Amino acid sequence: MAAIKQAGRVDTDEGGMGYLQSLPRRVVTIYLPLLVFMIVLLFPFYWMTVTAIKPNAEMTDYVNYNPFWVVHPTLQHIRYLLFETSYPGWLLNTLIISTAATFLSLLAAVLAAYAIERLRFSGARQVGLAVFLAYLVPPSILFIPLSLMVFNLGLYDTPFALILTYPTFLIPFCTWLLMGYFRSIPFELEECALIDGASRLQILTKIVLPLSVPGLISAGIFAFTLSWNEFIYALTFIQSSEKKTVPVGVLTELVRSDVYEWGALMAGALIGSLPVVILYSFFVEHYVSSMTGAVKE
Amino acid sequence: MAVTSAAVRPRQSILSRLSESRNVLGFGFMLPAAALLLVFLTYPLGLGVWLGFTDARIGRPGIFIGIENYEYLWSDSVFWLSVFNTLLYTVSASILKFMLGLWLALILNGNLPFKSFFRAVVLLPWVVPTVLSAIAFWWIYDSQFSILSWALQQMGLIDHRINFLGDPTNARASVIAANVWRGIPFVAITLLAGLQTIPQSLYEAATLDGASRWQLFRYVTLPLLTPIIAITMTFSVLFTFTDFQLIYVLTRGGPVNATHLMATLSFQRGIAGGQLGEGAAIAVAMIPFLLAAILFSYFGLQRRRWQQGGGD
Repeated sequence: MAAIKQAGRVDTDEGGMGYLQSLPRRVVTIYLPLLVFMIVLLFPFYWMTVTAIKPNAEMTDYVNYNPFWVVHPTLQHIRYLLFETSYPGWLLNTLIISTAATFLSLLAAVLAAYAIERLRFSGARQVGLAVFLAYLVPPSILFIPLSLMVFNLGLYDTPFALILTYPTFLIPFCTWLLMGYFRSIPFELEECALIDGASRLQILTKIVLPLSVPGLISAGIFAFTLSWNEFIYALTFIQSSEKKTVPVGVLTELVRSDVYEWGALMAGALIGSLPVVILYSFFVEHYVSSMTGAVKE
Repeated sequence: MAVTSAAVRPRQSILSRLSESRNVLGFGFMLPAAALLLVFLTYPLGLGVWLGFTDARIGRPGIFIGIENYEYLWSDSVFWLSVFNTLLYTVSASILKFMLGLWLALILNGNLPFKSFFRAVVLLPWVVPTVLSAIAFWWIYDSQFSILSWALQQMGLIDHRINFLGDPTNARASVIAANVWRGIPFVAITLLAGLQTIPQSLYEAATLDGASRWQLFRYVTLPLLTPIIAITMTFSVLFTFTDFQLIYVLTRGGPVNATHLMATLSFQRGIAGGQLGEGAAIAVAMIPFLLAAILFSYFGLQRRRWQQGGGD
């Protein structure tokens, strides 16, 4: 009993031999570099926020105002963005496209991952490898032929152009992630269900899926985030201003001539980032563990 | 109940017997994913290679012209400049991301208060849409109102504003810095996960044997971390090599093509310029580099399996 406790203590002792280091040494080797990392990683967000609520008079007047601070915060840029541009429409477009692409990809990925991992049909290993390789094909080399296909299929400038092409990078990723997740579910559960006369589809929907809800959530978040952030397809396949997604809209519509509306641009960038940040902050533990899990597998 | 179903079994219809076959079922389950990937991934990949051999333009199907596109690119100095830029961008950004990411992972692996908070915050640059954070960098790098120039001037380190994106060397350094900023979190968090799988007892044993801190890192941490480093860095290299968004936002390839990557050049010639064939040829020229990275990743994975002692 004592030995088990001992082992448990060692396992949870994440700090390891950290106590051997003196405090001044820790300050120099750990806290100081960490502080610098945090400042560098977070500064662009701070700068976006400050710019988004800064009145134009202060924006470029570095002599009378300290640029790092806002003296008279204003919501004028955000109001301009929400009421005088197509920004709300872009948000809605991005939301619809990302949700549709995510569901489509999850559906296909769940079936594929289950087939590869559990049905073990002949050639399952090769198919698994092919899915992994498909993940490594970057959009940068596909967008030209895809744009031709999208045009010939009559999908150009419609949301379907994106909903149908986003799964090309979402399905491989989700399948890969879910394969790792399904692998952790004991075979015995499925065998019991098979003996009880359940079909494969019943096993999938009534046993495997309820057990892999955390995996589904992380795959869903990943897929949603990747579609929300996608740029090159959205830039190439969509032309009308009101059909654009947030990243493309902000870049191509808010930047006009020589006058940069920095306040509105930053507000647009910030608001466009919020949904994924909120989504991710709710599920950060899933996110981190599955991202690292997917890499470990 | 069991008896009746056993009696019925031999007389099952072909359909129900098929639905129990692993291969038929497997095929059915694979169908949606396979159809989407074949139509929108495999076919365009082949179409892209074919387009590279044609003179297709937007709105006009091309005819086969052999390797004319490639011959043209071979003698095109802008194309070679973009190859050089891509390699420079990939190599320097990847090295920086690896070193800084590993450093951050080692820091986060220590005994820290608010560890999960830091871990969550570190991921932010990676979660936020690249284009939107690149717009923030665009403003940070502004030629007139750059906050960096202002801060450095206030500190008395420089006496005139830095032209971040207007000068070839500065522009290259600036886009690499922005890419590194965005890439550190991914490297740091995945390496952190790798670090946490290393048993503490190895460090304790090594310390008892009198190993210095450097030796602990060199002979315990690094060898055990190598497989995950290989995978992480392959992905990082792959995504950096095919980067498009950051350059498109910050410089569009300028000044004087000094930051054009192969992906942005392919977009500029293929979509903006309408020369689909030539753009596709540039994209196809990226494939050999990608294949090299993929093979590297494949052997990295193989080695890891072997190290874990598993068959497969």
